[in-house]
Amino acid sequence: MDTEKTAQPSRRMFAKAAATAATGWILTACGPKRLYEVPKERLRTQVKALERKYRARYGKNVTVSDTGPIPGVEFAYALDISRCIGCRRCVYACVAENNQSRDPQIQWIRVMQMDKDKGVDFSHSTPYYNPAEVPEEGHFYVPVGCQHCENPPCTKVCPTGATWTEKDGIVVIDYDWCIGCRYCMAACPYGARHFNWAEPTIPSGELNPATHYLGNRPRMKGVVEKCTFCIQRARAGRYPACVEVCPVGARKFGNLLDKDSEIRYIIEHKRVLVLKEELNTVPRFFYFYAT
Amino acid sequence: MRRMLIVVLAVGGTLAGDGPKNPPLPAEMSSKTPQERVEVPPPPFSDGIFPCGNCHESMTVDRTRRELTAMHTDIVLKHDETHRWCLDCHDATNRNFLHLASGERVPFEESYRLCGQCHGEKLRDWRAGVHGRRTGNWNGTKGYLLCAHCHNPHQPRFHAIAPKPAPTPPSRTMK
Repeated sequence: MDTEKTAQPSRRMFAKAAATAATGWILTACGPKRLYEVPKERLRTQVKALERKYRARYGKNVTVSDTGPIPGVEFAYALDISRCIGCRRCVYACVAENNQSRDPQIQWIRVMQMDKDKGVDFSHSTPYYNPAEVPEEGHFYVPVGCQHCENPPCTKVCPTGATWTEKDGIVVIDYDWCIGCRYCMAACPYGARHFNWAEPTIPSGELNPATHYLGNRPRMKGVVEKCTFCIQRARAGRYPACVEVCPVGARKFGNLLDKDSEIRYIIEHKRVLVLKEELNTVPRFFYFYAT
Repeated sequence: MRRMLIVVLAVGGTLAGDGPKNPPLPAEMSSKTPQERVEVPPPPFSDGIFPCGNCHESMTVDRTRRELTAMHTDIVLKHDETHRWCLDCHDATNRNFLHLASGERVPFEESYRLCGQCHGEKLRDWRAGVHGRRTGNWNGTKGYLLCAHCHNPHQPRFHAIAPKPAPTPPSRTMK
């Protein structure tokens, strides 16, 4: 008798606790997850489903990579303002590599034409210059994309945690978590983020089938996108598309933590600047003068 | 990086010391200055022009500075033309080679050493991967190009090119 009296409440407590735990587990495990919380095997099924979806839509084999950051690597970029001639080859190489919408037009790189008299001054610059030949007399060119800040204002304002900095310094967006509120676009001082106002269109012949989950996989209407240092190429050890296409060799890319990298050489030997330094965003994108 | 810099400086020093009249000993030269060769794609020759010896071997060498009228008339020299002409870079005795100021012959595949005699800081930056276009892998094999792949050695200044289309300005009307 005695034993039954003491056992009954403890059994009920156990049942309650077990039920709560089970509900909690179901709620957290079954709902959608941000990429950094997703267990590896679940991510694989998610990625496979995406590949099937893209194959059906574009009629060709699309691979979606989920390669993570390489330990001991922090990416940085450098651009030689004294060499850039404003030819916009990088803009279109980026569009082709990263599957940006052709209509409505989205371009992650914006090349600003500036007056030599005024220096680096965005209030006296235009991206719409269109002469027969570049460079034009009295002008220089500053291409601007995502600066991959160490202290990024954009990720802090995201209400859903859809954008964050990866361990290798790349600021990424999980398009499945973006709700299109565009707070990040308002927060970014470089105009680097772009919004899909309409369903993006990419001719299936022009679709780059080598994609990354956090990078150039096809996007949908109502999400924000931006430069990812060509995450699908960079994490495979390759240079971004804009680096390889630049006809004057103005674009440099490498590992900030490797003392023998081009980036470190530039920072140690050249005159280097970052855009809007006073905002304390600490960009990983450096501009320099080699001559 | 520092080692490379020292190498380049050492080359500069030897070049300044050796006059063009002293024929260098290639073996000694290479032991003094262990040049790091850089892998590059084949030089950008015009069709059918190389090897130069095919035509030049049977010809007598005329070292007088003159305007070429019989052959190579398409080459217009705009590269310190008041002080230089063909044989300052091209080797007169073996036409398939170039030569340094010291007289040392260099193949066209190593023409960066020739250019680097005057443009030393560019050569230093190029070796570090900072001057010139990069292709390939940031942490593996980096693609290098010869100076001549981008600059015409006879007219090295870049020419203006047509830009790609300007972006469309945002419009208020939505599709």
